[in-house]
This record gives sequence, C-alpha cells and structure tokens, in this order.
Amino acid sequence: MAAHIDESPTDQAIPRKVVAVRTRADKIFRTLASGAGASTLILLALIGLFLFLQALPALKDAGWSFLTTSEWLPPPRGTSDTYGVAALIYWTVVIALIAMVIAVPISIAAALFITEYSPRWIRGPLTSLIDLLAAVPSLLYGMWGAEYLRQRMVGTSEWLSDHLGFLPIFKPTSPFPIFGPSAFVAGVVVSLMVVPITTSVIREVFSQVPPGEKEGALALGGTKWGMIRAVVLPFGRGGIVGGSMLGLGRALGETIAILLIISQLFVIRANVIEQGANSIAAHIANAFGEASGLALSALLAAGLVLFAMTLLVNVGAAAIISRSRSGAGVEI
Amino acid sequence: MSMTSMRERLVAVGSRPPGEPIAPRNFHARDVVVLAGAIGASLGLTWLVYSQILPLQGLQGFLIIWAATFFVMYYLAVRDIDGPVVARDRVMASLMTVLTIAVVIPLVLIVSYVTIKGIRFLHLAFFTTTLADIGPLSPSDESGGLHAIVGTLEQVGIAMVISVPLGVITAVYLNEVKGRLQRPVRVFVDAMSGTPSIVAGLFIYVILVSGKGFSGFAAALALSILMLPTVTRATEVVLRLVPDGLREASLALGAPEWRTTWRVVLPTARSGLVTAVLLGIARVVGETAPLIVTAFGSTTLNVNPFSGPQAALPLSTFHLFTSSQQADIDRAWAFAFVLIAIVLVLFVIARRSARRQFGR
Repeated sequence: MAAHIDESPTDQAIPRKVVAVRTRADKIFRTLASGAGASTLILLALIGLFLFLQALPALKDAGWSFLTTSEWLPPPRGTSDTYGVAALIYWTVVIALIAMVIAVPISIAAALFITEYSPRWIRGPLTSLIDLLAAVPSLLYGMWGAEYLRQRMVGTSEWLSDHLGFLPIFKPTSPFPIFGPSAFVAGVVVSLMVVPITTSVIREVFSQVPPGEKEGALALGGTKWGMIRAVVLPFGRGGIVGGSMLGLGRALGETIAILLIISQLFVIRANVIEQGANSIAAHIANAFGEASGLALSALLAAGLVLFAMTLLVNVGAAAIISRSRSGAGVEI
Repeated sequence: MSMTSMRERLVAVGSRPPGEPIAPRNFHARDVVVLAGAIGASLGLTWLVYSQILPLQGLQGFLIIWAATFFVMYYLAVRDIDGPVVARDRVMASLMTVLTIAVVIPLVLIVSYVTIKGIRFLHLAFFTTTLADIGPLSPSDESGGLHAIVGTLEQVGIAMVISVPLGVITAVYLNEVKGRLQRPVRVFVDAMSGTPSIVAGLFIYVILVSGKGFSGFAAALALSILMLPTVTRATEVVLRLVPDGLREASLALGAPEWRTTWRVVLPTARSGLVTAVLLGIARVVGETAPLIVTAFGSTTLNVNPFSGPQAALPLSTFHLFTSSQQADIDRAWAFAFVLIAIVLVLFVIARRSARRQFGR
C-alpha cells in the first residue's frame, strides 16, 4: 500500500494526515472480497424472494386463512380454506419451547462449570466433547430418540400425567392416553441438539469476563457462587440471551429428528405429553414426496413462514451477541 | 451422641492448619467427608423410599429424585457446619457438576448405541455393493452402501468446492478488508448458520430441481448454503489469531494488501483453515432434510452427480429407517454407523489441526 503524506504548511503541531492510496490490484482485491461478503446478504434475500414467488399461488388461494387454519388438506383433496399453518406453527413453537426450557439452564451450568469450576486439564476435552455433540447428525438423534429414548420416557410421562394432571399441559385428554410420540419427547431430543450451540456461545462470553472484577469480588470475601452471581452472570447476560435465541432458531428449524419421533397431529391441543405433535419442517419433509401443484405451493408457503420465523430469531440473536461482544469492554 | 457434639467433632476433624487464611472456598478433608456422606445418604434414602416403600420404578425418576435429595441434604449439612453462605456456594458447585455430567451422558449413549447396533450388520461387502439387488425381505446382514458413499462423497465434494473459497474470502472481507458491510454481513452470517436445512433444500428445489429434475448437484448446492456460514465463522476465528505484527511488517515492507493476505495471513492460518473446512464438512455430511427435496435418493449406483436422483448416506439411512420391514431398519443402523464414524474421524482430525494452530 503506497501512502501519500500530506504536509501541512503551518508551523503549528497539527498531526499530519496520512491518505492511503491503493494500487489497482488492491482495489480489485477489495472489490472481490466485498462481493463475497455481500453474497451472503444476496443469498438470503434470494431465498426469501424465490420461496415467496413460488408460495404466492397458495397464499393467494388461501388468503389470511392460511395463518389461522389448523388442518392441512390443500386442493385437490380440500378447498381453499382447509389448509393452513396454525397448528404447524403452534407445535413447532411448543417443541422449541420445551427444548429451550431444558437446554438453557443446562447450558448456563455447563458453561459455568467449564469456565469457573472445572480443573484446568479437563477444560479442553470437555469443550471438544460438547462441540462433538453439535457435530452428531440430527438424523442419528432422531433414530436414537425413536428407538431408545421414546419408550424410556413413557414412565416419566405417565407420572407427570398422574400427579401433575391438573396442569393443562399434562391433563389427560382420554381415559387411556398413549405417551410415546409426543412433543415432550421431541423437545427433549431437540434440547440435546441445542445444548452444544447455546453452551459454546455462553462459554465464550463467560470467558471474557475481566479477571480483575472477579478477583475484586473474591477479595471482598465473596464465595465463588457469590462472585458468579455478582460479576459473571450480569456480564454474560447478553451472551446468555443471544446464545439462547440462536439455539431457539435451531430448534425451530429441526426437521428429521422430530419427524422420526412424533406422530403428526393437525390440531392445537394443550397437552404435550400424549402422542401427536407437529413441526413445519418435519411436515414439509414428510408431505413433499406426494405434493404437486397448489399443494406443493402451500408447502413452500409453510417453508417461507419457517424461514421468516428463524431469520427473525437468528438476526435478533446475532445482533444481541455482537452488541454484547463489542460492548464487552467493561473498564477495570 | 447429641447433634451438637457431632458437629463439634466434624468441625474438629476439618480444622484448618494454623496460618492458612480463612477462605470459604477452601476444601478440606472434612468437606470431602460431608460431600461423600451426603451422596451416600441421599442414595440410600432414595433407594429406600423409591423402590422399597413407594411402588415406583424407572431409572430416570430414580436419578432425578436422588439428585434432588442430595442437594437438599448437602445444603442442610454444610449449613449446619459452615453457615448458609458457604452452603449455597457448595450446592451450586455440585449442581453445575451434575448438570455438566448430564450433558455428556446422552453423547455417550448415542454414540455407543449407534455403534453397538450398527457394527452387527456391517460387513466388508457394504463398501463394494449397492442396495440394487437387496429388497426389504433380504436378511439384515445383507446390505450395500457403495451407491450412498459415492453420492455423499460427490455431493459434499462439490459443496466444498463452492463454499470453501467463498467462505474464506468472506472471512477475509470480515477480518482483513473490514469494509462498510462488515457488521451486517457478520450478523447475517450468524443468522444464516441457523437457516433451517429444509429451507435451503426448498430454495434449490425452486430454482433448479423443479426445472431440471433431481440431481446430486442440486443436493451439493443446498449443502453449500449450509456449509458457507460454518466455514466463514471458523475461518474468521483463526484469522483473528494471526498477530497484527505480521500484517504490519508485510505492509511496512511495501507489500500491497492482497499480497499480505495471500502470502502472510492465510499461510500463517493454514492449519486453522483445514479445521474450518473439516468443521464445514462435518456440519453437512449428516444433513438429511435438504437431500429429500434435491437428491431424492436411489438404491442404485449413480456416478453422475449432474443428472438423475442420487443416493447419500444420511438419505439412505432415513429411507431404510422409515421402512416397515425390520431387516431394512437393521440395515439403517449399519448406514448410521458408517455416517457417525465419518463424522467422528473428521472431527478428531479437525481438533488435531486446530491444536497445532494454537500450539504455535
């Protein structure tokens, strides 16, 4: 990079100005890199645009009832107001919420254990192990959940139904409820997939806590837990919120694992531990094979809804994390 | 023995050596005794109540009640000796430990379950034959995955060729060029890493498959969308580790920016780049949902990724697992085992090369 130095004519001590003059090769380099950077933005815009264009026939046909109808009987089997995403959205959110209720406390605990409690030698292996959880394909979680975990959760579900049945989410809907392929089991399996993502974000934020503040808390006579409550958790709040939202985005978009575990249900129901649940992504994967024409367009519309939901959650999460990172410079 | 004298004796056992400062976080022999006592007592009590007095059963319930009993007992015991502040500290420490163990257990369960079930049905012929001549009624130990392995290799390979250069250049933009779009690009790369895989598949279906039909190439495009943010983020992390002194030295010698990046920054981060690529592969190699709408799947060998439905390891696993025949489900576990073995190997190599990067 050549530099052109602009000497100012006065004698006063004004700092001289350095103006960078880039060579042509550098200009090309910067343009190329900017193009690659912009390609991410363009790609996301294109995904939204093309899905929208293809979803348009179904959206026009169904109108606003697409968002309020629970059943899924698109033409030719149904009419223009017999298909919609209401139940799909409901169950997608329910499964994601169950996953988050389990995953967020565990992630915070695991992140705290790794950064504050664990002996130094175990830190590296433990981090790798949790990252490995993220690398296991969701298909295998689904197969394991369907064959191993599902039947082992029946007892717990039964107990919840018998003893906490006064709560609407556990209240039995029939005298002989069936428990296996439920939103509860799907949520537990999805939580296993979410934990590594949330943990790694939260751990990174916790590891940036200024050591001076931690030592200050300890020097004032605080216990380790007191120090964590007074220093680490307030400092890492942005990371906890952002990491959880990133995990929520992943939970909303989970497909194959949920498809393998649940039995599909197109009714909105409070009970989460009995058989029957749904998810937008799982429904698309399941119904895609035999869909054509307007039915296919309806599936693409459902995909568009999912895309919009996850994009909203993920952009929010990323913005919170990046702001907390840049605002992380708490002066000491 | 009265309660008071027992407390005094416990306090006496753990009396701190003269001269050592009073610190609530110090852990003495006495504390180990209290911890072990709480673990043992809660186990005993839970066993007694859970399986002897109440007609309950099931491992999950037992573990949950054991943990709850332990926390209560441990809190009361420590509070009795050291007061509530220390008690809260100890209980929180043990809570963190227990929850972290709870994270690791499922991983061990999944990997061992897949291995145990898969290795039974895996034979050497798996790598040389296809499912073309094997119907749902063939015995479980007859299976072939060559077509799926070829499909996965081609699809992931093409995805890599597309998204590795793009991802690395995007990371260079974020960390070296630092242009005006830096902040939005970073936010959207993060957001894109959470794009549901089925949505990426639908997008490729709309722009390519609906016109030209299913193909391995379409699957590769969908995978490259999913791979791009992983590669970008991992690369950006390693570029940040390159010391600024190297960049400044190169620029001070008169090298232009592109040459500094190409000859100094990227070679310095070489092994980190390998990690980024491997993590990207590990991210997409097990993706199933986008392949359903792009590659479609097949039971025969299709070497040409540009035309016709193609199989892939996760896709074949999924199709076999959702079959109604037990033999097919058994075959699915063999496929799943090969898949998880590939992921584990990639992951270990990625960690190795990452450690080499940080070791320097």
